[in-house]
Amino acid sequence: MSELHHIGLAGAAAGLRARRFSSVELAETFLKRIERNQETLNAFISVTRAQALSDAAAADRALAAGDGGALTGVPIAHKDLFCTRGVRTTCGSCILDNFVSPYDATVVAKLKHAGAVMLGKTNMDEFAMGSSNETSYYGTVRNPWDPRLVPGGSSGGSAAAVAARLVPGATATDTGGSIRQPAALCGITGLKPTYGRVSRYGMVAFASSLDQGGVLTVSAADAALMLREMAGFDPNDSTSVEREVPDYVALLGEPIAGLRVGLLKEFFDKGLDPGNERRVREALKVFESLGARLTEVSLPNLPLSVPVYYVVAPAECSSNLARFDGVRYGHRCEQPRDLQDLYRRSRGEGFGAEVKRRIMTGTYVLSAGYYDAYYLKAQRVRQLISADFTRAFASVDVLIGPTTPTPAFAIGAKTADPITMYLNDIYTIGANLAGLPAVSVPCGFVGKLPVGLQIVGPHFSEARLLTAAHAYQRATDWHTQVPEGYA
Amino acid sequence: MALTREQIESIAALARLELSAAEVPVYQDSLSRILDFVGALERADTASVAPMAHPLPGLSQRLRPDTVTEQDRHAEYQQNAPLTAAGLYLVPRVIE
Repeated sequence: MSELHHIGLAGAAAGLRARRFSSVELAETFLKRIERNQETLNAFISVTRAQALSDAAAADRALAAGDGGALTGVPIAHKDLFCTRGVRTTCGSCILDNFVSPYDATVVAKLKHAGAVMLGKTNMDEFAMGSSNETSYYGTVRNPWDPRLVPGGSSGGSAAAVAARLVPGATATDTGGSIRQPAALCGITGLKPTYGRVSRYGMVAFASSLDQGGVLTVSAADAALMLREMAGFDPNDSTSVEREVPDYVALLGEPIAGLRVGLLKEFFDKGLDPGNERRVREALKVFESLGARLTEVSLPNLPLSVPVYYVVAPAECSSNLARFDGVRYGHRCEQPRDLQDLYRRSRGEGFGAEVKRRIMTGTYVLSAGYYDAYYLKAQRVRQLISADFTRAFASVDVLIGPTTPTPAFAIGAKTADPITMYLNDIYTIGANLAGLPAVSVPCGFVGKLPVGLQIVGPHFSEARLLTAAHAYQRATDWHTQVPEGYA
Repeated sequence: MALTREQIESIAALARLELSAAEVPVYQDSLSRILDFVGALERADTASVAPMAHPLPGLSQRLRPDTVTEQDRHAEYQQNAPLTAAGLYLVPRVIE
């Protein structure tokens, strides 16, 4: 484990500052691993080798001069829905196959400003709509723990890349579980911040009241560092919250003795794989041994979170994706007869099957005569779910439960029935509906496959979640396990 | 709830999506099943509950002063456009 690719994000930052290795050396190490494993894992859509090496050389000069930020010279990857100036940004879709972004997303700009070096753009479900990475126009990403299995989604490329140690950290986004579910299935740490904590400017929009950018890393300590550099108010995002960003790294060592942990009763239901349940209950024992106090908590409306989500998210998606019209950017059909034909064929050809399904679901639930029965009803139930969380957080500091019902499943196993796929996010969607932060950390294995533990907290409690996750990771070594063949 | 072929075609028309003949029955089946699935919401008692408008309680959309902040970068933006001329986006003739 002494090799450079096991260094981790915080380790890379510290090693670079101490000049134990150069940024060019680090970038070259990871680029070689990305290129060597691309055929097997398909984790990247674009690899920006030349730019990365030139940025790394510039980082080395800055470090030599004693300059630089918190991440100067540290290699990262961006999920391919963050706009990157001058670099292709596809969102995993044919309709954006040729789109070169004219600007940087705020997250990209902030990480650049902190000195991070981008190695490439990671594969993902088309427009982040999927839980298995199988809807990507660029092909399925494979799980490094077993290439016959999915890595989870939609941030499957970012998760597989970090798990296989192709990059020490990657950005990701979470609309219904797209950071936490792949983190769980790939055996890494994934944090979805509070809605409004991280700017959505330059993030290709899917469901604007649910989307939130976050991080995928090996450890909670790495996540704390990356989030600290990414988070913060952005006047370019009207839903960004004007609130100071705590120093998540400095707060990591806080004790968790006395932490009031709520066990989410609804998460330990009949759908939970017994193997996953055992691992999660063992993890709860670890928290108890660290001084946490456990109580069972019930959120009675939580079982309705998946139906709420599959009204609200498609509704917002149908509005957001109206911008893809074959006129200003993206795919345009050949020889349009008239403007309507141009719209209909450009969109029909450019969007994949799942994206079309969600646009149509959203169009239906927003259409005249159905709006009240579906959309408004869902927003009312969403209010009930949010109130359940508020009530729970009056008596506990965090809620803990499984991230997913099962470990990673086989490629193709859930593509026939969309509902089966949607139910994979049953434990993660609640946090999105209520805008809450949540983290998934590895908590053991079922067979050879990793299992994720989810910690959900009140709004803007990222520091508390990271501290709890870090305390757990100091007491266990699940997060340091590397898939066979990637050591 | 079973959606008819005509309903799927009308939804696709509203959404400006061209569907092939083979796609229509696929969406007829899956959209019907999704609507059945989300039908579970009917059981929730929401008589006195206001629809949620923002994920953070008490927050609403922030407004900014109505001043021009954008620079003119249309030439750069239009590099992504399928068809332009003289700085304009070209589409098929709309008015005869």
